[in-house]
Amino acid sequence: MSAPEAASMAFETVIGLEVHAELATRTKLFCGCPNRYGAPPNSAVCPVCLGLPGVLPVPNRRAVELLILAGRALGCEIAGVSKFDRKNYFYPDMPKNFQTSQYDRPLAEHGALEFEVGSRVHRVRIHRIHLEEDAGKSVHVAEGRQEVAGRLGDSDFTLVDYNRAGVPLLEIVSEPDLRAPDEAAAYLETLRDLLRWLEVSDCKMEEGSLRCDANVSLRPVGSLALGTKVEIKNMNSFRSVSSALAYEVVRQRELLEKGDRVLQETRTWDEERGVTVSMRGKEHAHDYRYFPEPDLAALVVDRQWLDRVDASIPELPAARARRYRQDPGLTPAQASWLTSSRSQADFFEAAGATLEVVTWMANELSRLARESGLEITQGRLLPKALSEVLALVEQGTISNKGGRELLEHLFREGGEPAELVQSLGLAQISGEEALQEEVLAVLREHPQAVEEFRSGKDKALNVLVGQLMKRTRGRANPQVARRLLEQAALQDEEG
Amino acid sequence: MSHSQTRLSLREVDHVARLARLDLEPDERERLALQLGLVLEYVGRLAEVDLEGVEPTIQARTNVFREDQPAPTLSPEVALANAPARQGDYFRIPRILEED
Repeated sequence: MSAPEAASMAFETVIGLEVHAELATRTKLFCGCPNRYGAPPNSAVCPVCLGLPGVLPVPNRRAVELLILAGRALGCEIAGVSKFDRKNYFYPDMPKNFQTSQYDRPLAEHGALEFEVGSRVHRVRIHRIHLEEDAGKSVHVAEGRQEVAGRLGDSDFTLVDYNRAGVPLLEIVSEPDLRAPDEAAAYLETLRDLLRWLEVSDCKMEEGSLRCDANVSLRPVGSLALGTKVEIKNMNSFRSVSSALAYEVVRQRELLEKGDRVLQETRTWDEERGVTVSMRGKEHAHDYRYFPEPDLAALVVDRQWLDRVDASIPELPAARARRYRQDPGLTPAQASWLTSSRSQADFFEAAGATLEVVTWMANELSRLARESGLEITQGRLLPKALSEVLALVEQGTISNKGGRELLEHLFREGGEPAELVQSLGLAQISGEEALQEEVLAVLREHPQAVEEFRSGKDKALNVLVGQLMKRTRGRANPQVARRLLEQAALQDEEG
Repeated sequence: MSHSQTRLSLREVDHVARLARLDLEPDERERLALQLGLVLEYVGRLAEVDLEGVEPTIQARTNVFREDQPAPTLSPEVALANAPARQGDYFRIPRILEED
């Protein structure tokens, strides 16, 4: 098409994501080496994951099971018969010179994930989910400086750590159903929350246990054919997914509007400069010569196995959020916030699942957790203790402020709420007898305010209440105090 | 059958050699073009078998698993014992160049 023609045209963005998640198993996919992030270099390795000759890999049952679990939760069909294949390539992070993966018979296919952006529900189809092993980690070192995964051409040598080689990975490939960068980010977040909810993966982008590549193309609005796609790599945070895709969409649109072509290529996101950069040459070297892995038996998932996994699927976040919106009537925002983490949602239920509970979790507890760099559920406060605190406030035993103080203590130190009310001296003085003496003392000491109140200045009563709170160090029940002061001031006048 | 039909093209030989990171001398290219062609032809006989309605066999065995239990690992010392070069407990290798 000509440049002027293209310039007047509206384009539609088409995005598909490939997500890799490291499975939360104790051991690697084909050997018993620990699957642990941050271990000293080359300390979690054995002949199998080092690719030494003559070894025999044996798949980890748990890894297969976690994939089936994730697949079922995403509405996938699970293949009755599946297999592993060798993907052949030379790269020093793979000591065997091939990666064991799944090529034409993935374990799971044809699922979908629903999520909301604003108030619109989006549904993205899942093309396939397969199981494969992770590669080792290379550190490229240039003379005089050290740099992780920097520009390769600058490196003088490379250091390799094989602890990650053989760690089980899920690869989740979506259909090209995403239409905007923020949709892609929302899809990724929903997927992360789900995988965490299922305890399939801890999904920490900063530790690389969740990784994401994207295919991006543009096409004229109304066109069904897909445009030339570009693969984007190296997006290491949710923010970089949004910014890299936003950048790429603009780059492609500008090319098309000038009447130029988009090259089919792989580009890497340069976080510092905020641009995508071509990784020339990479793509046409890809001839992986896949073939069935002769050392691994076929995977057969029968009805019984499937039923067992299905029975273990917990109530999913979307269903929980729906339930909370009906009872106890949370707002959509509250419900989706609570169900972004299973431990948080479970905490909410264990604390009584009331509107009060969610309010205190979202305000006080969130603040306390943020201040200590923890999750709400990682403090020492037990859900039962939260419901006790709320009951103490409700009964008037402690004030709202006292409740906040108590909660802070419980979150940091733990303990029994009722005992702490005593030991921290938080009990409100609500008993009229207990307050009476203080009330009379306040009236004696502030005759002027009393006089003003008697002559009709209602505001003067506030002064008296303030003085009473001061005398009781905030522990007087303000409503009771107000009533008693009012009565006493007027009574005195009559008497 | 004449050899000219059996041979691989030199382009195919070069492609396969590049994937296998092999530098071939001119006479090796010629020899391999013929030899690889003969191997493929031999294996190709399997294609003559009528497999109508037969499910492909993936493996004779199914579902061989291990439980998710940690097993002993090698110490970094042993793991690195045969490394041509090391730095600390890392394998040290020549710098990786992008393919052209």
